[in-house]
Amino acid sequence: MRIGRLKAMAVKETLQVWRDPRSLMIALLMPAMQMLLLGYGFSLDIKHIPVCTYDRENSQQSQALLKHFQASQYFDIVRVVGNYPELTRAVDAGNCRLAVVVPPDFTEQVSVLGSGKVQAIVDATDDNTAQVALGYAQAVVAGFAAEVQLDATGPQVQAAAMIQPLSVEPRVWFNEDLESRNFIIPGVVAMVMALVGAQLTSLTVSREWERGTMELLVSTPVTPLEVMLGKLIPYFAISFIDATLCLVFAVFWFAVPFRGDLLTLFLTTAMFSVVVLGIGYLISVTIRNQLGASQIALLVTMLPTTLLSGFAFPIDQMPGIIQVMTYFVYSRYYVTILKSVFLKGLGLGALAMPVLAMAIYSVAVAALAARAFHKSLD
Amino acid sequence: MFGRILQVLIKEAIELYRDKWGRFRLIVPPIIQLLVFGYAATFEVFGVSTIVLDLDHTQESRELVSRFTFSNRFELVEVAGSQRDIDRAIDRSAAAIGIVIHPGFANLLRKGATAPVQVLVDGTNSNSALIALGYVGEIAATFSQDYAADLVRRTRPESARMVQVTLEERPWYNPDFNSRWFFVPGIIGTLMLMLIVNLTSFAVVREREVGTLEQIMVTPIRPIEFILGKTVPYFLIGLGEVALVAGVGVLWFGIPLVGNPFLLLLGTSLFLLSTLALGLLISTLCVTQQQAFATNFFVLNPLFILSGFSFPIASMPEALQWFTYVNPLRYYLVIIRATFLKGVGISALWPDMAALAAIAVILLTVSILRFRKSLD
Repeated sequence: MRIGRLKAMAVKETLQVWRDPRSLMIALLMPAMQMLLLGYGFSLDIKHIPVCTYDRENSQQSQALLKHFQASQYFDIVRVVGNYPELTRAVDAGNCRLAVVVPPDFTEQVSVLGSGKVQAIVDATDDNTAQVALGYAQAVVAGFAAEVQLDATGPQVQAAAMIQPLSVEPRVWFNEDLESRNFIIPGVVAMVMALVGAQLTSLTVSREWERGTMELLVSTPVTPLEVMLGKLIPYFAISFIDATLCLVFAVFWFAVPFRGDLLTLFLTTAMFSVVVLGIGYLISVTIRNQLGASQIALLVTMLPTTLLSGFAFPIDQMPGIIQVMTYFVYSRYYVTILKSVFLKGLGLGALAMPVLAMAIYSVAVAALAARAFHKSLD
Repeated sequence: MFGRILQVLIKEAIELYRDKWGRFRLIVPPIIQLLVFGYAATFEVFGVSTIVLDLDHTQESRELVSRFTFSNRFELVEVAGSQRDIDRAIDRSAAAIGIVIHPGFANLLRKGATAPVQVLVDGTNSNSALIALGYVGEIAATFSQDYAADLVRRTRPESARMVQVTLEERPWYNPDFNSRWFFVPGIIGTLMLMLIVNLTSFAVVREREVGTLEQIMVTPIRPIEFILGKTVPYFLIGLGEVALVAGVGVLWFGIPLVGNPFLLLLGTSLFLLSTLALGLLISTLCVTQQQAFATNFFVLNPLFILSGFSFPIASMPEALQWFTYVNPLRYYLVIIRATFLKGVGISALWPDMAALAAIAVILLTVSILRFRKSLD
């Protein structure tokens, strides 16, 4: 390897990036965009669920129950219907997620029999929202029952009925306010790095093939190792700038707690960078057209990083075989490290296992990438 | 005119046919993406790893612990001997939830006072933590209710009758609350958006980058003919892809398709037209494929995140909610989920269809005008 040739290669590649200001700008705007989109768009906090009501009794009792729904911050009564077909239409068209039906003999059920039944029809297309909505509805109905109980029993037994035997005292660690943002933002660093690292580099060699400049490159005395380093150095720099931008954004814009140390973060970020850049380069050398290269890069970097790393979907809820697969997904280790460094404040010692996995991965990928480029035209 | 369009069509068809890798990439990656998404994407919470510290050792405390053991929402991974065990388990992520019952728990209950139960939660994954806390609350509430009923029955038999109001749950369209039913139709829409916009924009930009666009422009072909020749194949590919991916969804994941397939075809066609137009529009802004790739990502990612694919639109800040109204994926997701799961007709879906059609017409007009200009 000659420093002169390496430098020439790196300068050529840097100029190519530099003279395409739009791609460069996009690479540098990526962190801000991803952070803002996911920081604000990723929220599973469910409030104001649209509800329609069908009161088949229309009594004081039934209206009292519906008032409880109205008062809840989780529900918005958007429509009052008078028959089942109307209710079906409203749920079908998605105008309401939940339909509460009070039976015609509700007052009798409650005051005479002591047990009333209310129907809750829920649009379960979105299973998560539906289950959360039902949970809130249960709580509303329970609140109503307690109130009726209080009215029915005299003041002398009030005390007994009012007892709340158990109180749950939750203490939340690491993400004390249970903010979605604190959960998702650290992982966005991995997403941005995978994107910039693998996707942009996946085009660098395939571009030379497509444009016909590969013949020129092959005819120079440059060695495969110099090609790899020269091509990757500018992108390594961009990924690092992006990682820093992400960090600044996370801490100063979204106020995500950063409890760990920068050394751990930057060391593992460098390793992750080597892995994704190396993979992007390997793809680029293998697939000689840019569309194909970018598609494959998407498949082997972005897809596992967003889905199989624990970034948004918890790994322990996946089927066993998929859980085994995640151990081979390099982003899994990096995402674990990111979340631990940000929220738990763990250092290199406590993170030895995932850091070791990242190190092995980066050495292996670098070794493969260094020998990938062949100086021939077929 | 039709003869010339046909020529471009034939050229595109041959180009696609000769690219064996290209054909492979049209079929295999979408299926892999569908499978990974289908298996990995879920917000369900089952078997939360739980560690318990019972310092009371009474019938009551054991009763409470057993309610956690019997719930499929929690899985007891360890019985702690001291508070330090709990701290360590949560630190090491060996357990996500720690339940501590302090000494004197049963005494407080028997006296009719409120007995505290301490619950330690790893809040890193805020969503799972919130849901798990909800289940803890449910278990605590039923325990409370049973205990209070028992107490009233024992101390004041004359007023033993408790008023109960139960909620009869009727989940429509997805009776088992299966996440996969929700995600798989959504994945079809998302995959189509990514695939068609990429294919169209790259196809045009590539000709520009490699220099063959100029060659085409010196032939007698008119811009509109060129556009049609370029887009019709991708429209057909898109329809084929939807059929393929939907087929895998139905046959492999067992997602029901209860609605009218022709309605789905109509919605899909409108959606494909808007994605083609978007791809074309991006191609007029880019000279190199790297630019096209970067621009695509910049456009597609917001469309994906702000579509209601996995995060409910109603939970987003209002400014972002406004943005979703110009997002074709938003409407297509409503249509595809409704035809797959709800089986509703055009009477329920016409507003989304109309919005999608409007977006398609506007995008097509703008992109064709811009495209003609970019050729001059």
